[in-house]
Amino acid sequence: MSTLLPLLLLASSLIPGLIIFFLNEEQVRLRITLNMAGAIIKLALVLLMVWGVYHGQSYEARLPLLPGLELALHADALALLFVVLSSVLWLVTTVYAIGYLEDSPNRSRFFGFFSLCVTATVGVALSDNLITFLLFYELLTLSTYPLIIHRGTEVARKAAKVYLFYTLVGGALLLLATVWLYTVAGTLSFTPKGFLAGIDPQHHNVLVAIFVLLIAGFGVKAAIIPLHGWLPKAMVAAAPVSALLHAVAVVKAGAFGIVRVIHEVYGVAFASSLGLLMPLALLAAATIIYGSIRALYQDDLKRRLAYSTISQVSYIILGSAIAGPVAAIGGIVHLVHQGLMKITLFFCAGNLAETLGIHKISEMNGVGRRMPWTMAAFTLAALGMIGVPPLAGFISKWYLGVGALEADQGWVIWILMGSSVLNAAYFLPILHAAWFKPPSPVWPAERHFGNKETAWALLLPPLITALFSLATGLFANTEFSPLQWAIFISALEFKP
Amino acid sequence: MLGLSAAIATAIASVALYLQLLDNGPLRYAVGGWGAPLGIELYADGLSVLMLLMSALVGLGVSLYALRYFKHDAQPAGFWPLWLMMWTGLNALFLASDIFNLYVTLELIGLSAVALVALAGNRHALSGAMRYLLVSLLASLCYLLGVVLLYHAFGTVDIQLLGMAMKASPASYAALGLMVGGLLLKSALFPFHFWLPPAHASAPTPVSALLSALVVKASFYLLLRLWFDVFPAANVDFGWLLGTLGALAILWGSVQALRQSRLKMLIAYSTVAQLGYLFIPFALLSPQAWQGGIYFVLSHALAKAAMFMAAGNILKFSGHDRITDLDRIAQRLPITMTAFCLAGVSLMGLPPSGGFIAKWLMLDAALTHQQWMWALVMIVGGLLAAAYVFKVVGYAFTKADVQDNKPAESIPALMEWAPLALAVTAILLGLNANYPMALLSIGNPLAGVSP
Repeated sequence: MSTLLPLLLLASSLIPGLIIFFLNEEQVRLRITLNMAGAIIKLALVLLMVWGVYHGQSYEARLPLLPGLELALHADALALLFVVLSSVLWLVTTVYAIGYLEDSPNRSRFFGFFSLCVTATVGVALSDNLITFLLFYELLTLSTYPLIIHRGTEVARKAAKVYLFYTLVGGALLLLATVWLYTVAGTLSFTPKGFLAGIDPQHHNVLVAIFVLLIAGFGVKAAIIPLHGWLPKAMVAAAPVSALLHAVAVVKAGAFGIVRVIHEVYGVAFASSLGLLMPLALLAAATIIYGSIRALYQDDLKRRLAYSTISQVSYIILGSAIAGPVAAIGGIVHLVHQGLMKITLFFCAGNLAETLGIHKISEMNGVGRRMPWTMAAFTLAALGMIGVPPLAGFISKWYLGVGALEADQGWVIWILMGSSVLNAAYFLPILHAAWFKPPSPVWPAERHFGNKETAWALLLPPLITALFSLATGLFANTEFSPLQWAIFISALEFKP
Repeated sequence: MLGLSAAIATAIASVALYLQLLDNGPLRYAVGGWGAPLGIELYADGLSVLMLLMSALVGLGVSLYALRYFKHDAQPAGFWPLWLMMWTGLNALFLASDIFNLYVTLELIGLSAVALVALAGNRHALSGAMRYLLVSLLASLCYLLGVVLLYHAFGTVDIQLLGMAMKASPASYAALGLMVGGLLLKSALFPFHFWLPPAHASAPTPVSALLSALVVKASFYLLLRLWFDVFPAANVDFGWLLGTLGALAILWGSVQALRQSRLKMLIAYSTVAQLGYLFIPFALLSPQAWQGGIYFVLSHALAKAAMFMAAGNILKFSGHDRITDLDRIAQRLPITMTAFCLAGVSLMGLPPSGGFIAKWLMLDAALTHQQWMWALVMIVGGLLAAAYVFKVVGYAFTKADVQDNKPAESIPALMEWAPLALAVTAILLGLNANYPMALLSIGNPLAGVSP
């Protein structure tokens, strides 16, 4: 057992972040070095941890907080999945952000909070009990606020205020639920199959109420309707922030929290015996359809992607709420797949904005000829979102569908089909316009990068993530694919 | 310089007492060799040492800050003697073991605090100080009357002896009413808070910090001592009333804070709100809630001192403290703003911070006994605190509409780092609460509380 590694994992982004706060704007090289070193070291540590866990090592770190309560980090299978995702995407996003924010003001502050945000995400992933989870969940709220308000405009201030309102109310509900759960159960440690099944039946009503509070608290960040209002507004932030917020940090922390609650606080069997999962599944289904329909009507590219996120994140929740082993695999694997695809889309949207000044879909005619590589990555990710085989999104939808049938929940198939049709309806016109319509003679605000279509730091990240989203689908059956991992996690919950 | 060395010496003495307490348990010391009931006795247990350490920490931070703050000021002369006198009063109060000495220390604190407020010398400060003086005198008088009644009835002023002799009688009821009323007035519990915002907001910044962080806590501490050591046998129960007033204070103070247009007034109303939390345990009556309340005293002292000092920097830097006209303070005073935000985190009760631990303990106590209203008030209070803190933070990030081209006054590094140090300490209090809890349990006056 090793306590050092989980702490180092946090420190690898926390310490560079804290140092970066104190750097001058002009110390560009030192800042970039710190950022990249932190991201690379974190990835190396994560890989070391994966290797260790694979060989039967156990990693945990504990700090006493109050009598009977402790802050605890533990690298279990689910945690590792999320940690790997976030450290890979952090590295990629750091490269992208360095390219994107070149010459913009207050970069030290930006990258400082950026690192804190990743620290919080890794903390969320590794949390071994609900109070630790709560701590990092709130830290995530606080460290993303400065990223959203970063530009210092009136619009940014208002958007950040809305974001804060939603997330802090969510956090308050979560706090209430956590304390209440503690008074009822006397423990908060995540346990496979949950720790509540043995509780005196007279408390079952209370447990239902706590479940509702917990889901509401996490649902704000996971953007379940009607708690999704902050997300489209937060689009005022810079592209790397949107990318990180949507693909990895904020919405995933919410979805991850819901998975933890269903699997490791209540346990799937107990939660469905209390009748809690069916309403949640319906809510997730409604969010999937609602998000897709709203996405159809957005002309602003980032807003369309935002509504698409609202829709896609609920797949994860749906997977857990169907209460079957196969559907759970689909949900958990979508945690990774959605992250890879959505971050690609946001990178590409950022490239269009930064290189050509394109913010609207109606301005995208023929952009594929001007920026073929960017649009190729975009196309790959968009097709994945629709669920075209053999891309990542297809794997998620396949497992969700099969899982639903296996759990006698045939109606889910209709939701999946409807959603795929809607996905196609809002992504295919973009692809058609970009590749097949004649390009406009002038772009809104074009910048030139020699003979390349854009700066390499902007182009490389979406290409890498697009390839990942292809590879995770194509090689889903190999030993270390996210899918195999999700199957392993699901088995922990469902094996007798 | 002399003032600072005195501050350091006091702090060292507090730490020494702490170490001694760890070894020997509660201490009793008869000044001049005369014990009770004739002489003056000093008594230290975990609670009083915790308070002493808190004052030492805050006092040291504010002293460092004041060193630079008053450097070019016209009226610095009065600050150091008055502040050290007040600190003497505070330390004596935390150590006093009879209710008459407590009266003396209370007056000492009150009078020096009023003089400190008046130091600023402008019209607002003087009228604030005047109001503060009248309230303070009235409150002390009530308290003194209570002391006289008790002395008449039981023939002693020693806390322990009184506690043993106490019984339910009209005299003890009257004394209790008078003393508690006076102390509530001094602790600015809603609706007796009216004097606090003008006094705290118009005072010079180091004074605002000291008043909000320490002075109001002194009367709360005294109330706690009376409640647990003197009056239990009198068998009166109006804790629910204090709790209700506390809940109203949280809501009213927070809403008022949100409505303020000036930063220091906002922080002063935030003090009104935060003091409300201290009275919730009176209604919850569980040891855990009391631990939470005391933890709240500690974390609020650190956070509020830090916040006032940060606000003082902002005021000095931009020449005004109109919240909506703050101009990119986050970029231009990053360290000050960090201190402000970290202090804010503790006030909101977000983890990890001392404020979170305090709130957790109180929520736990409330929910264990199904006291829903209190839990709800605390949750809503946290959200309102977030609203007023982030109102400031939001404007600190943006450009002001009206730009005055007056060059900003530069802030000495010490004045930026002192609040940051206190704010970071408030955050660190949220990491391992077992140590302070263990200290509190030495000679714990709250141990006998039944749930």
